[in-house]
Amino acid sequence: MKANLIRTGAALAAVLVAAPAFTQDLTFWSWRQEDRAAYQQFIETFEAANPGITVKFETFEAANYNTILSTALAGGTGPDVMMVRAYGGLENVAAAGYLEPLSTDTVPALADFAAPALAAESMRSDGVIYAVPFASQTQLVIYNKAIFDAHGLEEPQTWAELEALSQTLKDAGIMAFANGTATAWQNETVTFGLGSSLMGKDFYNDLMAGETDFTDERFTNALAAVNDLAQEYFPEGFIGLDYPSAQQLFSSEMAAMFIGGSYELANFRSQNPGIELGVFAAPGLAADDEKLVGLYFDGGYAANAAGTHKEASITFLNYLASHEFGQAFANTLSNISTVPGVTFENPLLAEVNELNQSSIPYLMLAHFRYGEPSGSVLIQGEMQKLFAGETTPEAIGEVLTTGLAAWYEPFQN
Amino acid sequence: MPKLRMTGRGLWITVLVVPPLAFVALFIVYPILSAFAYAFFDWQGLRRLDFIGLENFHTVLFVEPYRSWTLNAFRNNVIVFFALMVLQNGLGFILAYALWRELPGARFHRVAVFLPVVLSTIIVAYLFKLFYHPLFGVVNISLRSIGLGWLAQPWLGQSSTALWSLIIAQAWHMVGFPTLVFLAGMQRIPGEILDAVRMETESEWVKITKIVWPLVAPSATIVFTLLFVGAFNWFELPYIMAGLDGSPFGSTDVLGLYFYRTAFGNVSAGQQDFGLGSALAVLIFIFIAAIATVITLRLRAREIQL
Repeated sequence: MKANLIRTGAALAAVLVAAPAFTQDLTFWSWRQEDRAAYQQFIETFEAANPGITVKFETFEAANYNTILSTALAGGTGPDVMMVRAYGGLENVAAAGYLEPLSTDTVPALADFAAPALAAESMRSDGVIYAVPFASQTQLVIYNKAIFDAHGLEEPQTWAELEALSQTLKDAGIMAFANGTATAWQNETVTFGLGSSLMGKDFYNDLMAGETDFTDERFTNALAAVNDLAQEYFPEGFIGLDYPSAQQLFSSEMAAMFIGGSYELANFRSQNPGIELGVFAAPGLAADDEKLVGLYFDGGYAANAAGTHKEASITFLNYLASHEFGQAFANTLSNISTVPGVTFENPLLAEVNELNQSSIPYLMLAHFRYGEPSGSVLIQGEMQKLFAGETTPEAIGEVLTTGLAAWYEPFQN
Repeated sequence: MPKLRMTGRGLWITVLVVPPLAFVALFIVYPILSAFAYAFFDWQGLRRLDFIGLENFHTVLFVEPYRSWTLNAFRNNVIVFFALMVLQNGLGFILAYALWRELPGARFHRVAVFLPVVLSTIIVAYLFKLFYHPLFGVVNISLRSIGLGWLAQPWLGQSSTALWSLIIAQAWHMVGFPTLVFLAGMQRIPGEILDAVRMETESEWVKITKIVWPLVAPSATIVFTLLFVGAFNWFELPYIMAGLDGSPFGSTDVLGLYFYRTAFGNVSAGQQDFGLGSALAVLIFIFIAAIATVITLRLRAREIQL
């Protein structure tokens, strides 16, 4: 009896000691606290298909996520798999060598991803991909369909039509736009959400080719038009109106339009389930000017180069790059998945996906956040000045060009 | 050479002193020293590269755009310090005097004045953010309702009013603290002195300037020094009310926000740079330590022993 007890005890102890060798526990970090339930679901699907690998999902505050992540990675206590930002935010982490380089050998599905999506998760210096991109976001105009219908309004085809319909709303005592610019980053959203079509694809291409800079008339005229529209049709005192208040003005149906990202759609829905939403790309001056939205990629999933379960991490990344995951991601999180071939049940998402077919990158984030001062910081502050009547569009063009010349080589002559 | 013997008393003192010393060394001295060390290195994000001497200090003080950012944040801190000196400490002194003289309702007001100090900065900041709301804020609504609608402003959105709006919120929040310290100082003034004054004059002004003010000098030393340190370390309230960028366009930027942005980055900034951040932190630390020492020594000198 006693011998039996000892034997059982020994066997149990052996199992306990050996257990960690059988299962591989991955930690997975994210800044999407609000998506926790959905990610639990995805992880369960993955674990069912991959016995022996378990994934623990942990979230951190979005605004400080990069700081927390880089601190943990630097201290050797980072997660196995993690969400990382795109563009400059990715480079901060990847340049320090914390992330496992990916290729079509390790994650074959990457071969079919769109080039701009992969570029957002690569280092500019070596072109190596460090993360599986997960979502794109679109800067556009969101509108309240019920209010538009009640006043017989249609999606505008020209800038003049946009002004006219705003005037109609204003005359009817409804705020045309909900946006405020007291929160710095909203200035960038408003500028490119409204102004991308006015700037135009040619301006973007010339800028990237180094043939023009921000003093270009196509750019400064767009800023002037955005400012004129804001002064006339944004809420009274909009320069003192912060981002959460602006969201509330729209979701409580006090205002008819909101210039913002596609990420707002799910939020407006949950704030006000009865709201009927529509989206359009802010028009250019003429009806046949191409209507462009500002497109960017949000972030990606990366593996820790110093992780203990690298093989399992890569297996998990392969799942995160799969069509199955992309489809589930789009369906449950109402986001535009970057996985190729995903279809959208939600008609609004399908429409955003449609609008994405004619887009220019969300300019400052995609190209000008790689040095100090960043283009985003400059445009945000300068637009606040313009809205307050303390500068001119031409002066902004000068400030951007000379400011960015500090690190952006094409402007250094 | 004196012999160090571990007698019972010596042992006790050692046992009691070592843990707090170790604590201070580990959590205060070590971080300050390592920030000092970090400031002399080149950083890529959080990865330390080469030793670069005073390069980081040179960058934050003399190289654009850092130079103008540093100057702008520093200038705002100076404004905050002087404004709060008047609004917080000046008003605190007057309130303390009124409470000390036991004006009607003094009991109630003693609690009322101190109550905001107890509230968390987060609560105060959000409360005032709502007060200043351009459309629904109580400030603008009140102005409109008494026919002063033309005075209604987007308070937090204009460079001319944003910093002052924050200063007023801060003064409201903390005015109870100097009041309490001054009041304690006044209550320590011996009754004989006050009786003697009463024989000479009835003037409150003479009493304040010749008796009360000089005799509360120790209280003034404390609140002035703490205000100086607080004003140059100001972070929470502007962070919540104006955001990390010191919106609008840097008009509420202060050294605390600027340091945080530089060292840790924010969503819109390009880089996070520990070296520049540490250099800033070191400069702020040296500046505060030096000036606070001068203030304390100068103010101590005018204190009178009773």
